[in-house]
This record gives sequence, structure tokens and C-alpha cells, in this order.
Amino acid sequence: MRTDDVPQDNSSTYAGHKKLLYAQNEQGHYQSVQSNGWQVEAEATLDAVALYERLAREAWQLVKAGDKSPLYFYMYHSRMDEALLAQVAGVWRWCLRRHFKPTVFARLTPKILSRYAQAMDLSVEQLTQLPDTQP
Amino acid sequence: MSFQHRQAAHCESGVISSLLTHHGLAISEPMAFGLANALAFAYIPVVKIGGQPLIAYRLPPKAIIKGLCRRLGVEVRFQKFKSPVEGANALDDLLAQGKMVGLQTSVYYLPYFPQEMRFHFNAHNLLVYGEQSGQYLVSDPVFEQPVTVAARDLNKARFVRGPLAPKGLLYTVESVPKHIDYARIITQAIGKNIKVMTGAPLPVIGVRGVMHLAKKIEKSRLDDTQQRLFLGHIVRMQEEIGTGGAGFRFIYASFLQEAGALLEDETLGEASQAMTEAGDLWRDFAVAVAKECKTSLPINNSQLADLLRLTATREQQVWQLLTQWYKRRR
Repeated sequence: MRTDDVPQDNSSTYAGHKKLLYAQNEQGHYQSVQSNGWQVEAEATLDAVALYERLAREAWQLVKAGDKSPLYFYMYHSRMDEALLAQVAGVWRWCLRRHFKPTVFARLTPKILSRYAQAMDLSVEQLTQLPDTQP
Repeated sequence: MSFQHRQAAHCESGVISSLLTHHGLAISEPMAFGLANALAFAYIPVVKIGGQPLIAYRLPPKAIIKGLCRRLGVEVRFQKFKSPVEGANALDDLLAQGKMVGLQTSVYYLPYFPQEMRFHFNAHNLLVYGEQSGQYLVSDPVFEQPVTVAARDLNKARFVRGPLAPKGLLYTVESVPKHIDYARIITQAIGKNIKVMTGAPLPVIGVRGVMHLAKKIEKSRLDDTQQRLFLGHIVRMQEEIGTGGAGFRFIYASFLQEAGALLEDETLGEASQAMTEAGDLWRDFAVAVAKECKTSLPINNSQLADLLRLTATREQQVWQLLTQWYKRRR
């Protein structure tokens, strides 16, 4: 890549930051160049963010309808999936799935609640309540 | 403290080159990356990231620091901790002694990261060079300027559980050698990298791994929505996480150029040029994927696979050239 081919697409995903790339100048010598974004990369990032947002929105509706516990919503809201949350919180995956049931979730001990809360960087009060508005 | 923050393309090679330069062993990021024989490719479907297979374009975390320091004869001390309190105290003690400390952290808990980049990736490296009223002074190599992080956030980032859990990992440079025989270690590092890229016993590693991924794309039985997610994931792993596949090829090309100048060797310059072309092909592939994913037409999988094969072939040629060079020098 030539230094003048280094993309400068001002991507929102960089939030005003610049990242460093190595590219060749006119003499073919490598040097470092800052880039403020690349459309191709930004699209892939935004797609991944959008995927979690969609999952969180769908989860919010399920929780609102009383089919799932708030844990289910916060998992996607924190950009996690089942496998990851189980590992971060240190619980079995089948336990985690059980805790998605509102009746089971309501009976969880403070100890296990705080484990989930810590894993997702929330307070226990937050974890037990669904936000009022759909994200 | 006369520490000089320096921006880098990749966190791990950036941290270690900054750290060594601070300790009097001036080294560029590409040289650090190349001497660690860090260029790689691996497609590992059993390890899932957000439900998608792991695709790596360089050696696993910590391998760059370890490999580089072993090759240079630098003594590094690694410490892990069971309890966050212990880990925080150890960091404070080292800072009080005026040391520069490298840390492994999770991106998700670092507040200075752009919101859209905060995913659960636990192997991000950064340097701490001081503390001021409850705030750590942090030199994050992928950012332009040094930043500050509150103690709570940094502790959280150091002790998150899950895949690649950092367990509070911190490292300091204990001693650096006075004399380094660059001609010898450059040859060694390139020889080792040839093995990683062409000599792995598994079909999912090295150049064969790229071919394998091409076949996976071509023979995919996923529906279009799933296939788009998979392709988007490949591009993300390639371009965003760390510095991505193409980015690493350019770093390595820069290393080959620097090494060629140092050893006054034209073959390395040639290899650098060829590696640059391989990097350009990786970028073309990313552009093609982005284009395919945007349209609502069915995805042209075989075209994408062909592009990837072209990239693999180009890389194969670089390694062939380097193999001949290596045999002559050994």
C-alpha cells in the first residue's frame, strides 16, 4: 500500500481517533501513516454492533412479555452471548439457560446475582430490572 | 519520568518496542514484530468468538513479547495474580519504584476506547507509566496520545474472566543485552517464520490455512444471512481486531525492508515488495467482501474464494523466495 492510498474515510467507529498503518512512500520506503478510518472496516464493525443491538431489542420484548428474565436482555446489551457470559460469570451453560426463566431468576440468591452483575459490570438492582424504554 | 509515548499499529509489538526503547534498546515496531516471527495465519473453528470461528493473522497473545525477548536475550518478568487486590498492589509497588509496567487487559472495560470498538477481547496490551490522584497514566500503543484510566476501570479490565483471561498479567523488563548480533537473529527469525507459514502439520495453519478458508467460503452451506455474518466476521478479524491481516503483512514487509537495509541484502528487499503485494491483495479481498455483503443479490462465493486463493498464492511465493534466501545463509 502506498502512503497516499491509506484510507482517510473519517469513520465514526474511530470516534475521532486515528490509527497507525505502515505504507510505502514514493521511493518505496516504508513509513508509518495515520488513518482516520476505512469504510470497509467501519461497515464490518457497525454490522457487528447492529447485530448485538438487534438481539438486545428482541430480548427486551421477550422480557417485557414475561417470557425471559432481565438477565437475557442484559447479556446481549453487554455484547455477550451464552457461551461468553457463562464463562465470564463462572456458571454452567445449562444453569445460565435456566436462569433465563423468570420464575427461576426470581429465586436466585444475591450471591449468584452479584456474579452476573459483576460479569456485565452492572449493579444487582440494575440487573433485576428491565429498562423502561426499548433500546 | 522521561517516557516517550509512541503510537504503533499493533498493541503487543507496540508495547514491547516502546518498553525496550525506554530501556535503552531502541527498536522499531516492525523489527520487533519480525524478530518475534509473529506473522501467521490460523483458522480455528473449534474456538468461537461471538459464535464465529477464530481466525488469527499472527501468533497468539503473549507470543510476540516472549519470542522477541528470547531472541534478543532480554530478561522479562511476567506476573499473574489470584486476587485483584494483590494485582493492584503489585502494580502500585512497581510504579512507586519508577518502573514501566506492561499489562494485559480487556478492551471492553477501557473507557477511552470508542464505544463502537468495545467488544469482549481480553488480550489487549498497554503500558502504565505512572499514577496521579487515583488515575493511572497509560500509554496505549494504538492511540495517538497517552490517556488516563481510573483505578476501578483498570482493575476491572485486568481481572475479567472468560477466554484469554488476563489474570492480572503484568510484565517488566529486567535487563537488556549490550550487544546484539542482528545478522544472526534476523536469519533465525525468518527461518522460524517460514516454518510457521509453510511447515505446519495442520491444514488450517499458514498458507494452507488461507486455502482452507477459501474452500470453506466456496463450499459453504450457510444461508445468505448466515454467510454474510461469517464473511463480515472474517473482515472484522482481518481489519479491526489488532491491526488485521493486511496490516500485519505491511508490518512484516516493513520489517523485511529494514532487515534488508541492515544486512545489505537485496533479496530481502524483493521479498518486502512481494509481501506488500500480498497485503494489498488482502485489502482487495476485504473490499470485495464488503461489496458482496452490501447488495441484496446472492453472494458470489466462488469469486471471493478465488480472490483469497490468489492472496495465498502470492504469500506462498514470498515464503518460497525467503526459503531460498534462508538456505543460502544457513
